[in-house]
Amino acid sequence: MQYKSQAVAKPYFVAAIGLFVGQIVFGLIMGLQYVVGDFLFPALPFNVARMVHTNLLIVWLLFGFMGAAYYMVPEESETELYSPKLALGLFWIFLVAGALTILGYLFVPYATLAEMTGNDILATMGREFLEQPLLTKIGIVIVALGFLFNISMTMLKGRKTAISMVLLLGLWGLAIFFLFSFYNPHNLVKDKYYWWWVVHLWVEGVWELILGALLAFVLIKVTGVDREVIEKWLYVIITLTLVTGIIGTGHHYYWIGAPEYWQWWGSVFSALEPIPFFAMTVFAFNMVNRRRREHPNKAAVLWALGTGVMAFLGAGVWGFLHTLAPVNYYTHGSQITAAHGHMAFYGAYVMVVLTLISYAMPILRGRAANSPRAQVLEMWSFWLMTIAMVFITLFLTAAGILQVWLQRISTAPLSFMATQDQISLFYWLREISGVIFLIGLVIYLVSFFVKGESRVGAQ
Amino acid sequence: MSGTFTKSMARNIFYGGTVFFFLLFLALTYDTNQALPKRDNSQNLTPEVIAGKKIWETRNCIGCHTLLGEGAYFAPELGNVYVRRGPDFIKAWIQAQPTGAPGRRQMPQFHLSDKELDDLVAFLKYASEINTANWPPNIEG
Repeated sequence: MQYKSQAVAKPYFVAAIGLFVGQIVFGLIMGLQYVVGDFLFPALPFNVARMVHTNLLIVWLLFGFMGAAYYMVPEESETELYSPKLALGLFWIFLVAGALTILGYLFVPYATLAEMTGNDILATMGREFLEQPLLTKIGIVIVALGFLFNISMTMLKGRKTAISMVLLLGLWGLAIFFLFSFYNPHNLVKDKYYWWWVVHLWVEGVWELILGALLAFVLIKVTGVDREVIEKWLYVIITLTLVTGIIGTGHHYYWIGAPEYWQWWGSVFSALEPIPFFAMTVFAFNMVNRRRREHPNKAAVLWALGTGVMAFLGAGVWGFLHTLAPVNYYTHGSQITAAHGHMAFYGAYVMVVLTLISYAMPILRGRAANSPRAQVLEMWSFWLMTIAMVFITLFLTAAGILQVWLQRISTAPLSFMATQDQISLFYWLREISGVIFLIGLVIYLVSFFVKGESRVGAQ
Repeated sequence: MSGTFTKSMARNIFYGGTVFFFLLFLALTYDTNQALPKRDNSQNLTPEVIAGKKIWETRNCIGCHTLLGEGAYFAPELGNVYVRRGPDFIKAWIQAQPTGAPGRRQMPQFHLSDKELDDLVAFLKYASEINTANWPPNIEG
């Protein structure tokens, strides 16, 4: 660790991993409810399990991004963090607020939770991924502003690198676009239009800047390739991202009441959105090929390369499959969407956070890399989780194609529920894949506790 | 080649490109906003519909259902349920949940009043009349 204050990243990473485990447990519950429809009903209805699953995902990734920033920025800026105390304080505030929110979802009827938490003052609840009470949303803004203040002040007093600037831009963008979660018009079309200014402009916009910065940072560290080369690539990638992704927002505007020219704007620009992911994959493999050193942390290199590939497949390829309006007309709101969503989130954001943790955690614990035994276990977990996710995606894609055929294309269409019955085999296969994923995750946890001789000593 | 395309050039193209396309997006948003009244059924955005939207939100219907194709994929699309089933069926269905059918996906009982049910139905009717470019492809959603 080059700067003492980088240590504040550790609790953020630990919280991230803990919440990740929670997310997967609830994912498995939902997967079972898909086929055993009354599983845990009425104690845990599907929609409650779902909001816990999705909100945990978002919050653990945010913990991951913040931990990554606290680790990266002092090193990039060549100065200690502005306020480690603030970082630790905000950690506990975010963790406690998050835990209370999840407990609220689980133990308080949603309508009552809304009444208790000021939804009648400003109605922001009840939209997908934005289920948080008003108080929680305000808390998120406060924590985000405190975090951004801390990171920005650190950068102001130190060296400004392309990596830290791109990271900061992405993080400020994340905070600014989150403000649209407070705007909930009565007009349903406007409601949906601006909802995507949070969701799309996050995951197909500013989050990709964060992804690029994290990946570039790890690649510099593990390959030793010249910073100028890597940072130029980073600018190219984020240019491709925003040039395609901003107007690409239109691929969410085909069927929600917006003007029909969005079918053209959205199709053309979003069809190009895989390009930055392709570039990222080529970039990662190229840098590793041109490496000037053999870094002892093989696991981190594997995660970095895997991120490029899976992000390209999940976000790029699977996204492309259903992005063109004539295709999307039939697949909109089907299991195709779920298939893409899972692989995209895992490939792009789960994997980049795990890449950063893989690189940074050993250093935070006093060594350049974990022992070979620990790394082997970590690499096993990489393969199990990644291959499991590929199968989850394949099974949901199969389910989705059948669903679209039976419910929307066939000349004798079945109802939604009858269709779901017909495709239940694929939901069972998905659930089995989910169990493999969980096994991979457990092995991942174990890898943190495996000792054995480290080839390289403390740094 | 890499001598001519420098990091600074890449950075400037990034800033220029982002600003250009963001401004274009704002222009398209402005135009969309102007065009909405002809498509969004907002002339039927009555106090009942507004109250119905609030019920939709505070019972987290989107947590199981889709609305205009967006939401969760556990239960049917409701953007066109008003056309598919009609107001009386919708109210009766909501009042009759859960079915308790073994193994069947279950919907909670929300204990909605008659007014709340009417408001929710008004919201679903309003949603069904938005011009969604002929989506969904058929009545099943």
